[in-house]
Amino acid sequence: MTDDLLTDRSPSGGQPAGDLLLDVRDLRVSFPTADAEGGSVTAVDGLSLSLARGRSLGLVGESGSGKSTAAFALLGMHRGTGAEVTGTVRVAGTDVNAASDEELRRLRGNRVAMVFQDPLSALDPFWSVGDQIAEVYRLHTGASRRAARARAVEVLDRVGIPDAARRAGAHPHEFSGGMRQRALIAMALACEPDVLVADEPTTALDVTVQAQILDLLHDLREETGMGLLLVTHDLGVVAGATDEVLVMQGGRAVEHGGTEDVLRAPGRPYTRQLVEAVPRLEARRTPVPVGDDVLLRVEDLHRHYPAPRGSGGERAPGLGRLLGRRPQHRAVDGVTLDVRRGETLGVVGESGSGKTTLGRMMVRLLEPTSGRILLDGRDISRDGERALRPVRRDLQMVFQDPVSSLNPRRSVGDSVAEPLLAGGADAAAARSEVRDLLERVGLPASWYDRYPHEFSGGQRQRVGIARALAVRPRLIVCDEPVSALDVSTQAQVVGLLGDLQREFGLTLVFIAHDLAVVRQVSDRVAVMRQGQVVEWGDADRVYESPQHPYTRRLLAAVPVLDPAEAASRRRARRALLALDRSADGAEPAAVA
Amino acid sequence: MLRFLLRRSVSTVLVLLVLSAVVFTLFYATPGDPAILACGKGCDGDRLAVVRHKLGTDLPLWDQYWHFLRGLVAGRDYDAGADTTHCAAPCFGYSFQYDQPVLGMITARLPVDVSLTLGAMVIWMVVGVGTGLLSALRRGGATERLLTGLTLAGMSTPVFLIGLLLMMAFCSWLGWLPFPQYTPIADDPARWAANLVLPWLSLALISAAAYARMTRSSMLETLAEDHIRTGRAYGLPERRIVAGHALRGALTPVITLLAIDVGGMLGGATLTETVFGFDGLGRLLVNAVNHIDLPVVVGVTLFAAFFIVIANAVADVLYAVADPRVALA
Amino acid sequence: MSETATVLDTATAAGAAEPRRRGRVWQRLRRNRAAMAALAVVALLVLFALAAPLLSALEGQDPTTFHSDLVDSATGGVPTGSFGGVSADHWLGVEPGNGRDVFARLAHGARVSLGVAVGATLVQVALGTLVGLAAGLGNRLADTVLSRAMDLVIAFPELVFAIALMAIVPEGFPRPVLLMLVIGVLGWGAPARVVRAQVLSLRGLDYVAAARLGGSGRWRVARREILPGLAAPVITFALLRLPVNVASEAGLSFLGVGVRPPSSSWGQMLSTATTWYETDPTYVLLPAGLLFVTVLAFTVLGDGLRTALDPRAASRLRAGTRRGNAAPRRAASAARPGAGVPAAAADAATPPRTED
Repeated sequence: MTDDLLTDRSPSGGQPAGDLLLDVRDLRVSFPTADAEGGSVTAVDGLSLSLARGRSLGLVGESGSGKSTAAFALLGMHRGTGAEVTGTVRVAGTDVNAASDEELRRLRGNRVAMVFQDPLSALDPFWSVGDQIAEVYRLHTGASRRAARARAVEVLDRVGIPDAARRAGAHPHEFSGGMRQRALIAMALACEPDVLVADEPTTALDVTVQAQILDLLHDLREETGMGLLLVTHDLGVVAGATDEVLVMQGGRAVEHGGTEDVLRAPGRPYTRQLVEAVPRLEARRTPVPVGDDVLLRVEDLHRHYPAPRGSGGERAPGLGRLLGRRPQHRAVDGVTLDVRRGETLGVVGESGSGKTTLGRMMVRLLEPTSGRILLDGRDISRDGERALRPVRRDLQMVFQDPVSSLNPRRSVGDSVAEPLLAGGADAAAARSEVRDLLERVGLPASWYDRYPHEFSGGQRQRVGIARALAVRPRLIVCDEPVSALDVSTQAQVVGLLGDLQREFGLTLVFIAHDLAVVRQVSDRVAVMRQGQVVEWGDADRVYESPQHPYTRRLLAAVPVLDPAEAASRRRARRALLALDRSADGAEPAAVA
Repeated sequence: MLRFLLRRSVSTVLVLLVLSAVVFTLFYATPGDPAILACGKGCDGDRLAVVRHKLGTDLPLWDQYWHFLRGLVAGRDYDAGADTTHCAAPCFGYSFQYDQPVLGMITARLPVDVSLTLGAMVIWMVVGVGTGLLSALRRGGATERLLTGLTLAGMSTPVFLIGLLLMMAFCSWLGWLPFPQYTPIADDPARWAANLVLPWLSLALISAAAYARMTRSSMLETLAEDHIRTGRAYGLPERRIVAGHALRGALTPVITLLAIDVGGMLGGATLTETVFGFDGLGRLLVNAVNHIDLPVVVGVTLFAAFFIVIANAVADVLYAVADPRVALA
Repeated sequence: MSETATVLDTATAAGAAEPRRRGRVWQRLRRNRAAMAALAVVALLVLFALAAPLLSALEGQDPTTFHSDLVDSATGGVPTGSFGGVSADHWLGVEPGNGRDVFARLAHGARVSLGVAVGATLVQVALGTLVGLAAGLGNRLADTVLSRAMDLVIAFPELVFAIALMAIVPEGFPRPVLLMLVIGVLGWGAPARVVRAQVLSLRGLDYVAAARLGGSGRWRVARREILPGLAAPVITFALLRLPVNVASEAGLSFLGVGVRPPSSSWGQMLSTATTWYETDPTYVLLPAGLLFVTVLAFTVLGDGLRTALDPRAASRLRAGTRRGNAAPRRAASAARPGAGVPAAAADAATPPRTED
């Protein structure tokens, strides 16, 4: 650990090498590039790390930092891909890079097991969950079919799958997201591995489920003494779940140390930048004076869809049911809200809560099934495309996905100019206006003629904001505008939105799943769950004294940066869960 | 499951109805009078009117279709005074040129197409799926290049072309096989097979190539899925990953395509029949077209369409059974 | 027909607005040796067909004149001389039976074979695009009805229908045009499905929603945001469909319901060749060879274009065969331009396919 580019305050630095479950020295992984010159890109560049029994290490970095590539190298997964791997990787005493294919095969899933980001695609859709676990167990232990089956039920039960004996026969698609991740963890546990490598295990999950999975990983580690390597982009996840942190940037380790030390007092500017960029629950927004003047009001808004086959929902009666008329899914189910002129209304909720559908109805991209949408007191909920034409300029939207929100076949300037041209502006005037707008959102005006694929995610989001601004709207609905961005870029985009709001006197509706981000930007907040607003009020009030149990659960699940605080929150969650269990004796509602 | 089958049956019947209406309108609403042909040479006005009445072409189109539908269910009498011709249910029409019910003509020739199709199917499934799997698993090597080339060549050889070339090679030059002549299996199974070898090969070639391509891409797609990576990360041997986890996903679309293709071929492997001079449904249709024997044209077309629609329904059911994610409810 | 031709023109013209992308596609296509060879063959074939009158004039023959002096009436009409009567006057010999010049018939047949195939492809694509657009952009009822119609048309036993349709058209109708229409009209289901799927996926994209919010009307959105996105799949489809249509024409003519003498097409020539293949194999092999080469060349070219247009999809398939490939793919997909790893890293794991 003499690399002077690395700040190392690792507590395990002096550990004797014999106790180490994981010992990586000077790992380099590079991929050949497509061009003919035989060049290559180095994804991991001289990484060293170690992990002792019962300890946990967080591997943190933004996208492209090489953290996942490094994690896959621990299992020798780059073998046969054309990637060049050098350095030594010792896992539970085996030299992964030198091991034969057969040795490596016996290591994988047995001594070191991996948990992936997307549990749905990580499980075979054709096999029952129990069979998949049993297969791995049989493979490594040679156990009988019956014993393997019993083991599968045992581990499924251990990870908190209710009625494990029966559910073991279910297929992955019959499980919810959180259940699937539990099943995958059960599979990892089957052979009692020494090391568990978890690659963004909670990124695809809702915040309440994320908390449960992290708690589960924590308990399992305490119970079995296995080592945990947790790969994540989220410092908050690391704070609650690991003893040590290793921060990666551009394929290199930039800081390594005890989780508490690194997060409390980052030793590197990059780490500091990361830590500071993480939105905090307690960071409140500088209040903006807002009157009671309502710009947009929605009343008892509904939007129903035919439910996907096989799911619940209300049954269509009689002949309709026989002919396959599908039950209705209520995406938005009776929402009443108002948005005041000049404020930012935060809408927060987990996936499937209906927040995006609500946002799209507010700008009338979607027609509500029933209910009213009042803009300046006029109902626009039933207007056709023609009648909406004059209103379109008032209501704009910034989208979540920076890739699909820009037409790849048009230059970004053309995309921003489109609403101006559609409104009848002449080409030259539109062009100069767009150049101003690009500069206003922090992009060089000379990039007018560039195409979206030349832009980063954050830059594309800026273009999207410029496009929304082009028609000088009164209300902009921002639908998860930063959730696809790295944390440092997130902070910049959020800051830009705030500046623009002040400058143009905009009213914003800010939709997000991330409670901390919403707190940072919102004057008032609405909490959505299953198509309904369960709580609605001033941001400070909702965050500091939540009334609805769901809001409380949501807030309790948010990862925090302070490890001590994280530990006490975990205890609180556990108490809450125990209470739930003893109360109704059934499956706790929180187990998604 | 029952509900799924019921719903699928209802929609199948609806599609069949629409299809028959389209076919019927298409052929009977067009100019040209089948009665003139049915009447034969030296037909005068009175005689023609009688024939028209007997065929029912003097009725409005709607009535004609209604009679046709009723004939399908209850049989039908073509009657012109004393001269009554009965066509038992299900009546697909009556050919006055051959003086036979169309259905009888169809069923007489069906064994030819069934023999052709089923034999060819075995060949193309073995060769095609085998080739596809092999080239997917030997990706990047010389084997794959060779197989890809052969597959492309196979796809580019129209069925009548390969048939002609095979006959030239094996019957004419080498003399290893007799010139194919259809023999019913009941008469002599050995000769039945010997006579069908070349037709099978020519009919199977294009399908084999198409199935090889499809199997290959389907297998590669499956192998690139995340759950295959999971298998590798948990130490499953490659053989087990392919056989236990990739194959099922990769072959599901192939099986459903198979049902549809077989359905299509049962309705007449016209080109193969023509090359080898077999008297199957396809030849029946071509001859009927050349002689403008409309009832036969309509009957054979509908019969072929029925096969396809039913095959589609079977494919749906197979898919639903094979893939647990397709909810049957 | 003319309406959709303009639709396609707009699509291509709008495609021209992105020189970089088109440049990349062409570069990838050029690196594909098989596709370039196929392109050369296609160019030659087209030239052969276009210059048919010129070529036969050069030879000094025409496709319809009988030369009974060049066939042996004793054997029923086998051409005298070797290889089907090849001579300085008749470069590829003469037709058995009545002695028409084979080279001239092949060249003129090429016009029919390629012309019918191209025309039929245009009809299919034009109809398919129209219906697909209507289904994709229309309301739910229109979509349901049109989708059902697509299913129905795709389910039609195509050859059987084509044969049957040839029966009900009056004799006087020009056969090549009839073939073109019949093949075209029966084959619009698949392109319609392709177009509808593409329209639906484009319509769901955020940039289309953004255009609507920007005040663009339905027509403007369709024209500026959706149509350009159809060009690539439609062109690929057309190119891959062309060889199928070449084979369809040949098949129908082979069955005797397509082009009839004295006109020629390769399929028609093969149809008469069936009775002569024992005594005059040259006469079978020439049209057969041309047919094979044509279908193969168009297929390879279509494949190449598809790969060049979507190298990601192609290389997604390329990865995955060898063990543990998943990791670099993840790294690549996580890398956004400007976010740490250079965009090249994304391409690192996904080199464009050169074969297949």
